[in-house]
Amino acid sequence: MSSQDIPEENLPAESGAAHGAVGVADEHNPFADPGLPPHEHRIQDIDERAAKRSERTVALLFTVSMLATLGFIASYVWIPNDKSIFIWPLGHISAMNFALGLTLGVALFCIGAGAVHWARTLMSDAEIADERHPIEASPEVRAKVHADFKQGAKESAIGRRPLIRNTLLGALTLVPFSGLFLLRDLGSLPHEKLRHTLWAKGKRLVNMNTNQPLRPEDIATGSLTFAKPDGLEENNEDFQNEIAKAALMIVRLQPDNIKDKRELEWSHQGIVAYSKICTHVGCPISLYEQQTHHVLCPCHQSTFDLSDGARVIFGPAGHALPQLRIGVDSEGYLQALGDFEEPVGPAFWERG
Amino acid sequence: MKKLSARRRHPLAAVVVLLLALAATGGLYTAFAPASKAKADDSAQSLTIEEGKKLYEVGCASCHGAGGQGTTDGPSLVGVGAAAVDFQVGTGRMPAQQPGAQIPRKKVIYNQAEIDQLAAYIASLGAGPSVPTKNQYSPEGADIAKGGELFRTNCAQCHNFTGKGGALTHGKFAPDLEGVQPKHIYEAMQTGPQNMPSFPDTTLSSKNKKDIIAYLHSVNSDQTKNPGGLELGGLGPVSEGLFGWIFGLGVLIAVAVWVAARTAKAKKS
Amino acid sequence: MSTTASNPTRSRGKAPAGEKLADWADGRLGIYSLAKANMRKIFPDHWSFMLGEVCLYSFLIIILTGVYLTLFFHPSMNEVVYHGSYVPLQGQLMSEAFNSTLHISFEVRGGLLIRQIHHWAALIFLAGMFVHMMRVFFTGAFRKPREVNWLFGFLLFVLGMFTGFTGYSLPDDLLSGTGVRFMEGAILSVPIIGTYISFFLFGGEFPGHDFVARFYSIHILLLPGIMLGLVVGHLILVFYHKHTQFAGPGKTNNNVVGMPLLPVYMAKAGGFFFLVFGAIAAIAAIAQINPIWAIGPYRPDQVSTGAQPDWYMGMAEGLIRAMPGWEINFWGHTLVLGVFIPLVLFGVVLIAIALYPFIEAWVTGDRREHHILDRPRNVPTRTAFGAAWIAWYFVLLVGGGNDLWATHFHLSINAITWFVRIAFFLVPVITFVITKRVCLGLQRRDKEKVLHGRESGIIKRLPHGEFIEVHEPLSQEQLYTLTAHHQYEPVEIGPTVDENGVERKVRGTEKLRAKLSHAYYGEDSQIAKPTVEEYKEITSGHGHH
Repeated sequence: MSSQDIPEENLPAESGAAHGAVGVADEHNPFADPGLPPHEHRIQDIDERAAKRSERTVALLFTVSMLATLGFIASYVWIPNDKSIFIWPLGHISAMNFALGLTLGVALFCIGAGAVHWARTLMSDAEIADERHPIEASPEVRAKVHADFKQGAKESAIGRRPLIRNTLLGALTLVPFSGLFLLRDLGSLPHEKLRHTLWAKGKRLVNMNTNQPLRPEDIATGSLTFAKPDGLEENNEDFQNEIAKAALMIVRLQPDNIKDKRELEWSHQGIVAYSKICTHVGCPISLYEQQTHHVLCPCHQSTFDLSDGARVIFGPAGHALPQLRIGVDSEGYLQALGDFEEPVGPAFWERG
Repeated sequence: MKKLSARRRHPLAAVVVLLLALAATGGLYTAFAPASKAKADDSAQSLTIEEGKKLYEVGCASCHGAGGQGTTDGPSLVGVGAAAVDFQVGTGRMPAQQPGAQIPRKKVIYNQAEIDQLAAYIASLGAGPSVPTKNQYSPEGADIAKGGELFRTNCAQCHNFTGKGGALTHGKFAPDLEGVQPKHIYEAMQTGPQNMPSFPDTTLSSKNKKDIIAYLHSVNSDQTKNPGGLELGGLGPVSEGLFGWIFGLGVLIAVAVWVAARTAKAKKS
Repeated sequence: MSTTASNPTRSRGKAPAGEKLADWADGRLGIYSLAKANMRKIFPDHWSFMLGEVCLYSFLIIILTGVYLTLFFHPSMNEVVYHGSYVPLQGQLMSEAFNSTLHISFEVRGGLLIRQIHHWAALIFLAGMFVHMMRVFFTGAFRKPREVNWLFGFLLFVLGMFTGFTGYSLPDDLLSGTGVRFMEGAILSVPIIGTYISFFLFGGEFPGHDFVARFYSIHILLLPGIMLGLVVGHLILVFYHKHTQFAGPGKTNNNVVGMPLLPVYMAKAGGFFFLVFGAIAAIAAIAQINPIWAIGPYRPDQVSTGAQPDWYMGMAEGLIRAMPGWEINFWGHTLVLGVFIPLVLFGVVLIAIALYPFIEAWVTGDRREHHILDRPRNVPTRTAFGAAWIAWYFVLLVGGGNDLWATHFHLSINAITWFVRIAFFLVPVITFVITKRVCLGLQRRDKEKVLHGRESGIIKRLPHGEFIEVHEPLSQEQLYTLTAHHQYEPVEIGPTVDENGVERKVRGTEKLRAKLSHAYYGEDSQIAKPTVEEYKEITSGHGHH
């Protein structure tokens, strides 16, 4: 930066006494540094009884610490780990945690308090001034270092033999790529994985709570139901990955209340099924207000209107919740009529 | 935005939706409710209904209409069932004091006998969910862990991990469930009061409800164990952060002031 | 060792054991030269100089307790059925990571305590770094020669945030899992490479089976390793530069006044470690933190309201909650501005903090060393910047906790979000203006005090009936302290025409610097400190009031 441009007179003059020496009061300059005030004694410095008291306080603190450590060991040995006690205002808490924590806390705190009290009352409190030295090296040292460096560089002949220099640079530039390539197998490539879920034509909607397939008449107006695709069980190897995309939220609206035409088409007797995964950053959105038909995300408050194609009416989400097209199979169970037509969950670059 | 919010907050809007929702719930329930419960002809029962009608005319009719058919100030109660009455009146929400984003829980005005009479009267207007029996909602013999899983799937999104409550849109909220009677929790799941969706037996079985009640009793009651100490409201990192700043860093700064402070000097005499 | 000393010129034979040991070490490590320079090193006394120690000690506590936790924690996402002693989870499927954290909390004696100390210490570590950084900022301790140490501290703060995030994600509970899901969404929003980074980080699709193990090595090895190195570097520089001090009698830019390391600071600083550890242990005994058993194991289809990150991520949370949902689709691609802009802003704010010392040094053009601290009031523009930043940070914390504000203050969550959106722009400006005014007011009061003395509260009635308040003149110590600060002159753009009449091109950076310099040191930004002449004129004259 071009700080040389700034004229010296813009910088304030150094004030205060020169070089750490205790300044002499200057009658011409009332603002001059009067220098370090004289040291004043504490009670402990002049009264041996006070000093003795301090000594005893410090020793007492160290003793309390020892006792607390014994208490810690005793608590560890004798208190049953699952014992619960009621202590106001903490509530029903673990006796072990409380006893261990307090004894450990006291044992440590008293060591510290003793040491600090010792330092404050019995060690010398005379203030000492220490000189500072400039961080920058003197011009001679600077010149010497520069000369040494040039000498070394010259002796290495790196400047004279550019072939060595350039090939070395090339080798050093390339070698980290091995490391970069080694990172490739950290994970599989996205391909189309974010676009598909387990939902497919004919998959029944299975109630999360009862693990039974749902019938239209199970879904009452104003109720809220969560569903997963038939066949996905909690103990499946990839349950977490699949439910992270396939989780479904089902509500029943009065068909007259559905404002969006496609939503009505994709519903069954007013039963609509939406992805439970928020399109913002993927929280399972499900704070359904049955009177307003709004559903709110508990993470960042994106609000969607389920009676209007689940479009965003508030908050940071960028697009509507994907709807699953549903119908009824020959046995009268609710089924999907295909996968979601757009990727569920948060948007990503390739989503389009 | 303001206009929208105002319209949605308008008592009328809530009333209209509530009316539709409750009517539908009740209607649906009729299909499943045991027929015997809806009918009671003996004289004791009709006396109860008569008493309930009197109470209704004094305390409820101004908003819900003389025959429970609803007015602009309150939804129709035909077919909401005894469970809804028992919940709304039994938790003090009804009779409502003033319209707002949400009618909050408050001091209960009627005693249980009166509530039963009111419920009987409303139930006589049209069949709906009846008040659950103790056997249905008592947490004994329930699977607490299953209840926890169900709670996290169906309830925690509004009521928080352990039922401490949370915010909804435009000033509405899901209340803290501590101290709510098991019966009322059961009724709330069944009837879906105000903006809460209902969880009818068809999707959340009676056993499921019992499990949830047992879970709540275990994690959000005055008997709940918090082994680590102060629960800090059970609200998670926000209250923990606040505590860490005020009591953690606060205490340490106070200690630092003591460590760095000068010891008192002896007075010059 | 034999009693005959190896070096006959020095008679070490009858030295006590401690001395012998020290001699032995000196012969191999040269510890005496090190001790000569440092044993009686002087440290000034001020409570705010101990904030850094709070961080250092909580960092040590985190390492100690963290090592203990690794003995029991299983960083694995294999699903197991819980059979431990916590009834409300028995029979539930959960990852081994969650299961072993429950084991630490309920079956390992003292395990819960160590877990809680670890977590509380982490919150305090970051809060301590925040306050320490503010202390350094507002007193100008980041100026030459300490810019590099500011960068070290800044890196420690940022790495601390990410170490915390990876740490609280390890138990694989429902709350932290929601946070990891948010992180996945944020990564997906990065244009072009986001999807790939996400797949590489999670070993495929979210949540996969890898992230706990990967976060584990990041949390216990990679980040703390770097941080440990930075902490050591930070401390070496503190020793090398010697501590800054506030202006006062006898305290100059060329010395440091205080107490020696041995014995006073050995006892005070060493004792302070135990005080910090003791206080945190006591907090862990009485206040519960992150009760994962109440939160439950992570499942991507479950969630709880009030899902927030630990406090130090609250600013990012506020940014993301207040942001409108902008999304642009073009040519088959999606630009997720609603998530990406907050992500970028988060980075920009952090980088601005890192660069501040260099910006200010450029504006002042001052290349001298500064060891005397500024009083915040004497640098109104910097102080106002800092205050505006803190206010902005607080607004975002409110935004990050908007749902809890809503429930606890009976407000509408939508109204709070709108408040945050507006306050995001407005509050920093208002804070800036107010802080600057307050600083200037305080400078005026200081000037008044120097020239007219301290208001004594004694009312005197003059012979002709007038009442005046007696002002006590200040001592020379006070006069010096109040007038010791430097005042810069604003930089002017030099003559645009040189002596030969040739017009010189004024560069944009030069204009910018002149503007900034005026903003910092112009007439509206500082009150000229009283001069000796002013003082003499007033004090030599006819009484004073």
